[in-house]
Amino acid sequence: MELFTQALREAARLLFDLSPELVDIVVRSLRVSGSAVLLGILIGMPIGVAVGLGRFPGRQIAVALIHTGFALPPVVVGLFVYMFLSRSGPLGSLELLFTPTAMIIAQALLAAPYVAGITLAAVQAVPPDVRLQARALGASPLRALWTHMREARLGIGAAVIAGFGAVISEVGAVMMVGGNILGETRVMTTAIVLETRRGNFAVAIALGLVLLAIAFAVNLALTRLQQGRRPGEVGGSAREGKPAR
Amino acid sequence: MSLLRAQGLRRRYGRRLVVDVDALEVGRGEVLAVLGPNGAGKSTLFRLLLLVEAADEGRIFLDGREVRPGDREARRRLAGVFQRPYLFTGTVTDNVEYGLRARGLKRREREARVAELLALLGIESLARAPVNELSGGEAQRVALARALAPMPELLLFDEPTANLDVTVRRRFREDLARTIRTQANAAILITHDPADAFALADRIAVMEEGRIVQTGTPEEIVLRPATPFVAAVTGAELLGGGRVVACEGERVMVAMEIARGAGPRLAGIAPDGAALPPGTPVTVAYRPEEIALALPDEVEAGACNRVPLRVAALVPAGGMVRIRLEGDVSLTALVARHAVEVLGLEPGREVVARLEASALRVFPAR
Amino acid sequence: MKSRHARLRFGLAFLATLATVACGSGDRQGGRLVIASTTSTEDSGLFDVLIPAFEAAHPGVDAAVVAVGSGEALELGRQGDADVLLVHSPAAESVFVAEGHGFDRQPVMYNDFVIVGPAADPAGIRGLDDAVRALGRIAAAQATFVSRGDQSGTHMRELALWRAAGIQPAGSWYVDAGQGMGEVLGIASELGAYTLTDRGTYLFLSERLALDVLVEGDPRLRNEYSVILVARAANPEAARAFHEWIRGPAAQALIGEYGVDRFGRPLFTPNAGSTVP
Repeated sequence: MELFTQALREAARLLFDLSPELVDIVVRSLRVSGSAVLLGILIGMPIGVAVGLGRFPGRQIAVALIHTGFALPPVVVGLFVYMFLSRSGPLGSLELLFTPTAMIIAQALLAAPYVAGITLAAVQAVPPDVRLQARALGASPLRALWTHMREARLGIGAAVIAGFGAVISEVGAVMMVGGNILGETRVMTTAIVLETRRGNFAVAIALGLVLLAIAFAVNLALTRLQQGRRPGEVGGSAREGKPAR
Repeated sequence: MSLLRAQGLRRRYGRRLVVDVDALEVGRGEVLAVLGPNGAGKSTLFRLLLLVEAADEGRIFLDGREVRPGDREARRRLAGVFQRPYLFTGTVTDNVEYGLRARGLKRREREARVAELLALLGIESLARAPVNELSGGEAQRVALARALAPMPELLLFDEPTANLDVTVRRRFREDLARTIRTQANAAILITHDPADAFALADRIAVMEEGRIVQTGTPEEIVLRPATPFVAAVTGAELLGGGRVVACEGERVMVAMEIARGAGPRLAGIAPDGAALPPGTPVTVAYRPEEIALALPDEVEAGACNRVPLRVAALVPAGGMVRIRLEGDVSLTALVARHAVEVLGLEPGREVVARLEASALRVFPAR
Repeated sequence: MKSRHARLRFGLAFLATLATVACGSGDRQGGRLVIASTTSTEDSGLFDVLIPAFEAAHPGVDAAVVAVGSGEALELGRQGDADVLLVHSPAAESVFVAEGHGFDRQPVMYNDFVIVGPAADPAGIRGLDDAVRALGRIAAAQATFVSRGDQSGTHMRELALWRAAGIQPAGSWYVDAGQGMGEVLGIASELGAYTLTDRGTYLFLSERLALDVLVEGDPRLRNEYSVILVARAANPEAARAFHEWIRGPAAQALIGEYGVDRFGRPLFTPNAGSTVP
């Protein structure tokens, strides 16, 4: 446990000193993972809604595929993106390998299935008559869909949080397509691997604690946004029959 | 010209024909109830008329113009309240103004209209209340206000009181009665509760297994049911089967068929007046409240049917008592508690059940 | 945050702030030079000294070091994703150049490998200057040996030594770790096992390790670093500049001094200008 107390002291020192290198790494982690989650939402949410609410042959296969995405090994996704972005690959001319953009792409591919899968369950959990009721009040199909999604927003919020959790702590993909280049593509997780490899376990653990603290702060903010209220079901028996206030 | 007219409407789920309505219409200023048991296809009919679901066959006309699901202009003129109110997350005001927002009204116009409706339904104090804090009755009133807000020409309701406690239902029916006619041009109420239909409707269409079997005023439905099913739906009971002995105009003499030997002969009327030749197998229906009971020694001469029976069971039903009577035939009578005491009715008592001929309805057996 | 949509707008703004011009940063084309090197070189910290010096001498070039195993570094070269390589895996490098993926392979520096192990030395190899014989004794004693197992320069050298000893290492005593040098040293220390390591990484970590240097000085333990130009480089001019600079007097001097203040001896011996091994 001496290692752990060392690590705690190291973490305190890191946070106190706030070296530019540490700030650089933390900011980059947030930027890369934040962008990846946004991109993952852009990709995953429409898919989740379409599959969640759609009726089409092969739907169950689509759902199973999305759920399989939860199990994507990050390093495999990294390899996959590397294949495309390599100069020998189809998108090599974009010169994106070993840049934060490549990392964002890889992480977005990791986050998207989480966003899609949980959104899918969330929109399915809302009674389908909600949309019909909205249409029955004059809403256009699009507005009715928006109302339906608003009712699912607890679950949709969870989808975003899950997507963020999936990427902020992964290392396989960003190591592969980012290269852990000092000052350019080094993020918290790759820095932890580096310090571990160098035998600086205390620093590695300290960075890990910092990572967790930041992840907690972001999740707290996202959770606040969720501000859960249970949707439309009414009529608790405790209040039945009481006169109007 | 009718406001809404449906013609040849058919809808299938798989191989089951769920809705099979040849004709249905509601006129301006009219409230039409579609009455039928659960599973009759009423909710599907509701969605078809509301234009949120497409029929497989048939046409719907709004003010003479044919309309289909997706017709924006038609959608603006209709509003529907589903069986479960599905209030959207937010405040009461958010919900009531939903339809107004969908139509693009400005805030000030919305506020005025919302205030008007909340006052109409006595829920002004709930304006800012979050919907998950409402009681069932309050929620139903909010759902009603929400449907009325956009001033639809035609309001459609699916089981408006089904989710309410019995004590709350009566008040809600009053709310409905008070608001429907002033706030909308016409309404269609889909319900399985005869009380809803009789309290609110100008006309009732009785639905059985997807088909409309009779349409008429409440009096017509009760007094002249076209089929045993219609009779049962409005609270009648079936006496049993028999054969026509004689028939003159509307009056029919029926020999009831019972397990052993010949049953009593009863006089009744055939509602649609069709001639029923002797020997025709028929079904006989009556309403429990139309049975009068007397003790055997008080029998008087008279023209009505008299059947000696024995009291089998007494079941309290609010202020009345349902009495199960058995003998050559079985009957259920609905009698005031006062009468039970006066006659000293108890299980085993011999009584005489009296029924006017007009209270016995005779239908050709199917 | 009362209004119905304010929360949504805030949420989107929050995520968008995180996302800012991440796309832009680090995407400096034109002057970007990708140097593929090995994890042990990076872990020694040598690049922390070399890169700033190189960038100062060549302003406008953004030197990016991607540190992976030698095998992976050569693969990056084959795919054209690196511009220049600094690796230490002579056999694989020769093949690489022979196949036309790289050219102008030149020596830059060397250090040596050592065999380290527990102070108790169950296989009895302490003081030997013959690495091949030492491995023979380890195999005979079935003493635990941890291998890099990752096609790195160190791993390739280890395999070459086993081949020279005529031994196919297999069995529960031979641990194939598949990881970097730091991790492998940690494993060996925990298990009380032997392993082959470059002296630099060992020196870096020796305080935390329960391992002693047991065998050193064998010429076959020399660890040669070469710089190779990649045929399919994206930035051949900057690659050539680095290739020249690291063999030039300034860089060689930096290399020759690196580590003296911390360990009393340099971690590497510069040898640009000698013949390729």
